[in-house]
Amino acid sequence: MTTALSNIAWISPFVSIAKGEDVSGNIQTIIKTIGLPLAGLLVFLMIWQAAASNINTSLGQFPGPGDVVTQTKGLLSEHFTEREKAEAFYERQEKRNAARVKQDPTYVPKIRDYTGKPTYIDQIGTSLVTVLSGFVLASLIAIPFGIVIGLSANLYSAFNPVIQIFKPVSPLAWLPIVTMVVSALYVSDDPMVPKSFVTSMITVMLCCLWPTVINTAVGVASIPKDLVNVSQVLRLSYMEHVRKIVLPSSIPMVFTGLRLSLGIAWMVLIAAEMLAQNPGLGKFVWDEFQNGSSDSLGRIMVAVITIGLIGFLLDRVMLMIQRKVSWDKSAATR
Amino acid sequence: MNPLLELSDVGIEFPTPKGPFCALQNVNLKIKKGEFISLIGHSGCGKSTVLNIVAGLYQATQGGVVLSGKEVNEPGPERAVVFQNHSLLPWLTAYQNVELAVKRVFKGQKSKAEMREWIEHNLELVHMSHAMHKRPDEISGGMKQRVGIARALSMEPQVLLMDEPFGALDALTRAHLQDSLMEIQKDLNNTVIMITHDVDEAVLLSDRIVMMTNGPSATIGEIMDVELERPRNRIQLADDPQYNKYRQQVLSFLYEKQRKPDTDAPAKKAADSDDSNEEKVDKKTGEVA
Repeated sequence: MTTALSNIAWISPFVSIAKGEDVSGNIQTIIKTIGLPLAGLLVFLMIWQAAASNINTSLGQFPGPGDVVTQTKGLLSEHFTEREKAEAFYERQEKRNAARVKQDPTYVPKIRDYTGKPTYIDQIGTSLVTVLSGFVLASLIAIPFGIVIGLSANLYSAFNPVIQIFKPVSPLAWLPIVTMVVSALYVSDDPMVPKSFVTSMITVMLCCLWPTVINTAVGVASIPKDLVNVSQVLRLSYMEHVRKIVLPSSIPMVFTGLRLSLGIAWMVLIAAEMLAQNPGLGKFVWDEFQNGSSDSLGRIMVAVITIGLIGFLLDRVMLMIQRKVSWDKSAATR
Repeated sequence: MNPLLELSDVGIEFPTPKGPFCALQNVNLKIKKGEFISLIGHSGCGKSTVLNIVAGLYQATQGGVVLSGKEVNEPGPERAVVFQNHSLLPWLTAYQNVELAVKRVFKGQKSKAEMREWIEHNLELVHMSHAMHKRPDEISGGMKQRVGIARALSMEPQVLLMDEPFGALDALTRAHLQDSLMEIQKDLNNTVIMITHDVDEAVLLSDRIVMMTNGPSATIGEIMDVELERPRNRIQLADDPQYNKYRQQVLSFLYEKQRKPDTDAPAKKAADSDDSNEEKVDKKTGEVA
């Protein structure tokens, strides 16, 4: 347990102090690892508060940290009341069904879904599912493609212009096209997932492909010549060469690409959701903006901070996966 | 007796923007089974190129290489290479690195248990049993090179090719590895071609020393038989007049007959130490440094 704890950078000094080792040195470490970030955060909050009280918009004063806390509480309590309502709804339904079955044993009870509006937490969930679907789809395309073009200088030269042209395209430019294509191709009477979800996911995919493609290709192309020679001396087949030499050797670069891609995916998602009306955080921000109540700016600010925190957490999770998977521990430090 | 390996009239040209650059020409060499050959010469003289042609990594544009009656035109495990920079796969342990080669070469011939034993046996030959399950970044440069040698030996090659195997090591480690190599050689009696810069190393280890002239169009200048009795002991040999005569002969070839026209001795030393980089550049631009 203690060894697991001391692996986390900011906990380890506390553990050492508890053990009575090098107290003054550890206090310095604590100040550095916790005190400085806290001080930075505090200064930021002060500037924010000061700035907020000086900005007046048509929707009232700009929200300061205090308003954000209030709104967060409000959004959470909305979520819980909604959940209670839903539970009550299902309970009533069950009772009614039970009563009907008692009266008429041939009656097959139907369960109707609760159709209340999605809460903030539901919206975060939708956003996460959408971004991860888009990101996984992009990775499934980008990694094999990156490997193939990385292995052949000719293919790389052939595809490089296409990659470079599509890489900087904004999601807002893709979205109308994707929307039309999805509407045309994704027709079914009983769709498994809503169109807005597919549109957002594909837009995310299109925008976050490129960093993984490029980094994988560069990683594959820069495999040391010596390792390629080893593979040749052993007469490994193309597939074996890819599996045994190319993939492991380029894993650190692939992860660099994946982390960049996930960051872009998360940024793109918010814009895509706004326009595609996928019921996630992007739609939340848009709806609040359209709503224009005195709470709106505060609630949008909550969303801004949530988006930031989730983006940060997603990157940390990728970093953890990289540390687990990659042999090159030194590449996964920041 | 027929030679095991025969290089006949081997030459190679690299295409450059300024027209073809002839790196090697008229290399003729016959190597008997069990012979230990050293290739020595100044940097950029094409020693590595000769080795790469034998390995099949380069294709000779002239002449050819025949190994036990078959022409060499692609790399293969029967011509295992020990690379200068060990070339171990950094994500695999020493054991797994050797395993990769053994699985490839003996697929279908050895059972799992036999393979395991064979891998461990080869790591033991190079005294690496204790660090079998360590990864390359956890062991020293000399140990990495030992694993590299184990990997090459484990393929049971007909010819073992060594490209400056000890060039990147400090003098003490190098001496240790040379002794290990002689010990292994005593038991296995492999056919070996080794590239080296080190005159002492060449005389100590070889049966024959092949001295190469300077490029462009480098070729074999002299071949010297080293008839010192084995096992050889570096301390006893230091006083041996015969040994010193061989040494002197190689030195005189390198520094009198083949002295580089535009470099003096101190600059030469510096160039020697980063020989591999220099040769890489050479092949790209086709120019001789």
